[in-house]
Amino acid sequence: MKRRKFDLAATPGKAAVGVDDRFAVATPLRKLLNKVFPDHWSFLLGEIALFSFVVLLLTGVFLTFFFEPAMTEVVYDGSYAPLQGTPMSAAYASSLDISFDVRGGLVMRQMHHWAALLFMAAIVVHMLRVFFTGAFRKPRETNWIIGSLLFWVGFLAGFTGYSLPDDGLSGTGLRIASAIMLSIPVIGSWVTSSIFGGEFPGTIIISRFFIAHVLLIPGLLVALISVHLGLVFKQKHTQWPGPGRTNNNVVGERMFPRYALKQGGFFMVVFGVIALMGGLFQINPIWLFGPYEAWVVSAASQPDWYVMFLDGSTRLMPAWEINIPIGDGYVIPPLFWPTVVLPGILVGLSTMYPFLEARHLKDRKSHNLLQRPRDVPARTAVGAMAVAFYVVLTLSGGNDVIADKFQISLNAMTWAGRIGLLVAPPLAYYITYRLCLGLQQHDREVLAHGVETGIIRRLPDGRFVEVHQPLSASNGHADGHGELGYVGWVVPKKMNRLGALGPAIRGFFYPIEKPVEAPVSPGHPPVEARPEREAIGSGESRR
Amino acid sequence: MSTHTEHQAPQGQEPLDVNDPKLTRFDIVREGARRDDIEIVHYEPQVLPGTKAERRLARVVAGFFLITGLAATAFLAIYIWWPWKYEPGRGGDKFYTPLLGLTLGVALLGIGFGILTWGKKLLPKEVSIQDRHEGAVDEEGRTITGQTMLYMADELGVKRRPLLGISLLAGLAPVAAVAAAPLVGGLISHPHKNNQMFTTGFHAAEGGERIRLVREDGRPVRPADISSGGQLTVFPGIEHGVSNRHADSPTLLIHLRDSDAQASRRANERIGHGDYMWGNYAAFSKVCTHAGCPASLFEQQTNRLLCPCHQSQFLITDNARPVFGPASRRLPQLPIEVDSEGFFVAKSDYTETVGPDFWERP
Repeated sequence: MKRRKFDLAATPGKAAVGVDDRFAVATPLRKLLNKVFPDHWSFLLGEIALFSFVVLLLTGVFLTFFFEPAMTEVVYDGSYAPLQGTPMSAAYASSLDISFDVRGGLVMRQMHHWAALLFMAAIVVHMLRVFFTGAFRKPRETNWIIGSLLFWVGFLAGFTGYSLPDDGLSGTGLRIASAIMLSIPVIGSWVTSSIFGGEFPGTIIISRFFIAHVLLIPGLLVALISVHLGLVFKQKHTQWPGPGRTNNNVVGERMFPRYALKQGGFFMVVFGVIALMGGLFQINPIWLFGPYEAWVVSAASQPDWYVMFLDGSTRLMPAWEINIPIGDGYVIPPLFWPTVVLPGILVGLSTMYPFLEARHLKDRKSHNLLQRPRDVPARTAVGAMAVAFYVVLTLSGGNDVIADKFQISLNAMTWAGRIGLLVAPPLAYYITYRLCLGLQQHDREVLAHGVETGIIRRLPDGRFVEVHQPLSASNGHADGHGELGYVGWVVPKKMNRLGALGPAIRGFFYPIEKPVEAPVSPGHPPVEARPEREAIGSGESRR
Repeated sequence: MSTHTEHQAPQGQEPLDVNDPKLTRFDIVREGARRDDIEIVHYEPQVLPGTKAERRLARVVAGFFLITGLAATAFLAIYIWWPWKYEPGRGGDKFYTPLLGLTLGVALLGIGFGILTWGKKLLPKEVSIQDRHEGAVDEEGRTITGQTMLYMADELGVKRRPLLGISLLAGLAPVAAVAAAPLVGGLISHPHKNNQMFTTGFHAAEGGERIRLVREDGRPVRPADISSGGQLTVFPGIEHGVSNRHADSPTLLIHLRDSDAQASRRANERIGHGDYMWGNYAAFSKVCTHAGCPASLFEQQTNRLLCPCHQSQFLITDNARPVFGPASRRLPQLPIEVDSEGFFVAKSDYTETVGPDFWERP
């Protein structure tokens, strides 16, 4: 019997047939490979959050191999000399060991911390993008709600993780957290003593935070992120308006290969930036803070940035205590309002916003086209108001540092924050609203009169006028005015956006050749002379 | 504007025969896309094969990947051979973490930029249009699914046999509680066990000795230990008194100047705390009544105590009344005196609740 020759080249094909025989994946796979994604730089902000989360998982798993989540008192005998012989919790000692006695442990710890900060920052910026462009409108309200939940779950993940090392700074933060729980009317003391297993600090809180931080919260995050991405996939991404783009289609690139390559490359870039930050920029040097001792604190003790707005609201809150004179008397402490009620209101308002706006505008349609912020002045102004509110609170979270560095009275900073919190948001609303209207007007002006050319012409009667380049062929009007409608996308306002400049010369040291003007592969058109001509763009800016 | 080849099938025509040998691979790709309601309307190479530009880009991409290789190798070399153990002073270990981060970061950025250049510059630019099928609501499908679900409900027959539904609810409700019970029951802890929220480490046992005020190292404190205008953090002189087990006990012992002490005593008398001070010495809880941070920044000139967490300020000479910031309650004062051996002792425990406020605080 003759042995059949082994044909190496045919193997992948055969294997593929074998797989498809069993799983029937060829057509679904083609659909996946072909799925079209619209492209715009602002769509990548959420990706940063996703990629940071992946880095968090990777570095976090590493840290769990060395971290000991226990509050057992030990005497430190690691290599960091200044703390040798100090009694401390096992959690803090093992965090010091990660920093000093585990090879490469510090870079991992710092990458984990930076990735967490970046994760939260990317979530916030992504949320702003979605808000200001109206991407949250029907049919995407669910994803907006999941997104706002992701912020708060991420907040919890950050806070529990920040507390784990049990250092002087995080212990103070935990103390404040216990006071916040304690301030809840009626059930406060029960909640606190149940969570802490008795009076603060007890001996169990670090182990409980640990399991929350490494299992429960990440599990919840993974679940929410999966649904979030699944919905983006199912509902298809929104896109900016533009030529050929309608509410009913997606104009962009197929997922493979170009879009997927860009995503993969972007992930590596995010990962790389986190690695650089983790190595080069010190974050949370816990060995300088010492172990947590209930009687030690220093000025300028700020939490991580995403907690600062709550710290600020706590600082600005006037000392309004509500006493209820029944029986022995009951108290609602002032701490309750800025730390429990305010976040509650913020969660409620942010999750309900899509419905509130739709109700206000009586809008029941599905929207797949984004809106430029200037075209929706009221929403943009409301967003600016929220941002102003948030910024005042966050700055107030560090008002003691500002007072110190700029030699301002601390009390003046507090009062500035209190007044600013009331004044800045309405001001931001008004200014933003006017800015939006101004920008709208200018768009219309350019559409009607054309782009300023910078060429001044003297008329026979001696007047000087600037020549405008109309955007469309003149429509019978003597002055060259055409009738161009606004389509909700960028109006060119500079001559070089119209192709008035020659094509850029490519090449770093010397110009490289011009592309050959011939079609090379079947299905390709002859390359036209002007690659800058207006075609259906991919949404990338041509600047 | 768009790529029209002679092979292209106009909209609505029969699908192409993909086994037609005349078709190019791109034709088949386009046909596949079309079957997914995707029209590739524009497909244009950015660099042409064999050109200088293509070779140059390929070199750039290869360069990035080689940088990755170099940086990753450097990472490994540093990881293995660089002195990394902590030494006090300016040891080489100071550069260990930065070098690891730098080499790892450069390695990852090399891959990233390599892939990005490959994808963005070398691959053809394309514009595809995919139909969303928005608005084309499948009314018939909705009806069928709705009827199927209602039919399922009919089959179960809960409407006809209400007993089933009621008994199911009655049976399952306790099961849900059973699931929650161990969690709630295990976690719950009575907040007022041993009256813990209203006592501190200064709470002397029945008929026991008065508790001394001790320093952080456990030594008791004499009046002469604190100069006028000075202050000292003191703890209950009991086992574990200087530890987080008595997180509510740290106390600030202040030696007031004469005039301030008089003002302070007058303020004490106003609220019936006439005997809380000893001489010019007064002791206040260090735990802020706002959020529990140690209110530890004492400003001698104004006799104000500032909490660094939220900037509440307490005026020591007026019973530590909050004068600024979010705190609403004064710092409790510890009644003190000096025992026969000349050391400070607490006359009794705090007479007001120490620490952050809560609902049932009387």
